[in-house]
Amino acid sequence: MSTKSKSIQNKSSDERLRKVSKLKVLLNRPELGALGGSILVFIFFGIIAGDTGMFSAYGTINFLEVSANLGIIAVAAALLMIGGEFDLSVGSMIGFAGICIAIPAIYWGWPLWMSILFAFSMAVLVGYANGILVVRTGLPSFIVTLAMLFILRGATLAITRLITGRTQVPGLRVLVEDDPIAWIFSADAFKFVFTWLGSLGLIELRQDGSPLATGIPASVIWWIAMTLFATWLLMKTRYGNWIFASGGDKLGARNVGVPVGRVKISLFIGTAVAATIYACVQVLDAGSADTMRGFLKELEAIVAAVVGGCLLTGGYGSAIGAAFGALIFGTVSMGIYYTDVDTDWFKVFLGVMMLIAVIFNNYIRRRVTENK
Amino acid sequence: MSDNLVEFNNISKFFGSVIALKDVTMHIKKGQIMCLLGDNGAGKSTLIKTLSGVHKPDEGEIIVEGKKTVFDSPRDALDMGIATVYQDLALVSLMSVTRNFFMGREPMKGFGPFKTFDVKKANSIASERMGQIGIDVRDPSQAVGTMSGGERQCLAISRAIYFGAKVLILDEPTSALGVHQASVVLKYIVKAASSGLGVILITHNVHHAYPVGNSFTILNRGKSMGTFNKKDLSREKLLGMMAGGEELDKLEVELKEIDRIVKN
Repeated sequence: MSTKSKSIQNKSSDERLRKVSKLKVLLNRPELGALGGSILVFIFFGIIAGDTGMFSAYGTINFLEVSANLGIIAVAAALLMIGGEFDLSVGSMIGFAGICIAIPAIYWGWPLWMSILFAFSMAVLVGYANGILVVRTGLPSFIVTLAMLFILRGATLAITRLITGRTQVPGLRVLVEDDPIAWIFSADAFKFVFTWLGSLGLIELRQDGSPLATGIPASVIWWIAMTLFATWLLMKTRYGNWIFASGGDKLGARNVGVPVGRVKISLFIGTAVAATIYACVQVLDAGSADTMRGFLKELEAIVAAVVGGCLLTGGYGSAIGAAFGALIFGTVSMGIYYTDVDTDWFKVFLGVMMLIAVIFNNYIRRRVTENK
Repeated sequence: MSDNLVEFNNISKFFGSVIALKDVTMHIKKGQIMCLLGDNGAGKSTLIKTLSGVHKPDEGEIIVEGKKTVFDSPRDALDMGIATVYQDLALVSLMSVTRNFFMGREPMKGFGPFKTFDVKKANSIASERMGQIGIDVRDPSQAVGTMSGGERQCLAISRAIYFGAKVLILDEPTSALGVHQASVVLKYIVKAASSGLGVILITHNVHHAYPVGNSFTILNRGKSMGTFNKKDLSREKLLGMMAGGEELDKLEVELKEIDRIVKN
């Protein structure tokens, strides 16, 4: 009640603002936990595995790539979660999109760019289907997208076996080279920097003198670009305000004219499209599509989003947080190989981290929404 | 008659065989606060929903500034300047004051696809508006969850006024508030009316309604028991007319009876 004292000696709002320390403002940001967690993880591995090559150019690119792959879907999952819904079909969508690229390109003779566009249009369809089902039926998105998880994975497997007789479709690598758009998902960026660093002897080289780490993988660029874009959307656009409103209080938002249904449907399309970007990066990099690609990725994306400060109930969270959540995930999953710890312990770590994050987030939410 | 902002004439609403409202008539003038009183089940909610465009009346007419009108949706009513502040206030407690204030109607800057939410402008308008009603928002980016119930109510009302309400329909704005908070909100409602708005204040609390109202419509079992000007009505009479006035008398007798039995 003291915040509403009537005896305001100083009308200047700046005067009042100074009372809230910068630290306190920072403490209320959703991404704080993930940021702190990332720092801790880096300190930990810096001490344990600092001299093992984990933080060499090659090692860094390695764990960044793993983080980036997850980050691409985690950022979209975070937006959807802030909008108050889940998408459990992300992992299956990755497998499905991979097949949508590979089968037309290999078996039907489509140019690669055309099958990539085909995969993206299928993603829009799947996302739209998820969205319209959730919005129209009012069922929990958990159930609707769980159904979609099975439908997509099953369809991927069945269609692939029907057409190819196998569950893997190799042979894409040759198609990537001359394709006008495939490079967006597969090329390394800033190669010249790495070549230059290599020529100076600052980073590890192969036998032939080329650097071991050839450049920044496309997935890392996608990860950063998507995080920035999503953050801009959330903080600086009308649509962003609608995402928070739709997740925070569906009815209230609708009463003041926010098109809640449209917002949610578009967010579902967003997660499906992000899954397809993930699939493009993976399929074009590996040169083959696998029906089991992306298995369980939906849960990892949710872990990253939650560690990044998203509330499971919606209305609160951040894209930057989800990106850091993915960074923690990637760093630990790769870093564990550089330590003496058995890699079986990784999942234990993952679970514990998620529990801590949820408890921490709950505390933050109470701080934000109740009179301090 | 022409100074009526809105007239609701002989409004009836039926749900199947149930008569929810029958022949309710209300006229709202500029600068006036009309209190709509009634006990639970008197039809207050149905009336609000009919006034705000959620339900269409089965009989009767709505006249806005002299023109006969039909509301097809709440949006229609809103476009004509009839804004309803529901009990849930349509506020999201996790979102900031500013983001709530402009929810669904964000001020934009820039061109074409690069239009962005003008956070700076929104912040300054929200602070200014809240300042006008005596609520000092230290930081417009603070979450609404940190505000008190009265402050939230004022925020919701002030938002409706900012976005061009001519008639405000307030659904139980003081029901969940303590004495001090309620008086802050009531003061603000009077201020809003004196600036030229018409206000329909729905409540079952006579003690809140009587000091601020100019006229009183009492609803009982779906029917209007008439509209009374303040000068023709004492607080006691108003209390007595609310459904339950008799029942309270009866209750008093019964309590005395119990008291007597206990003592013996």
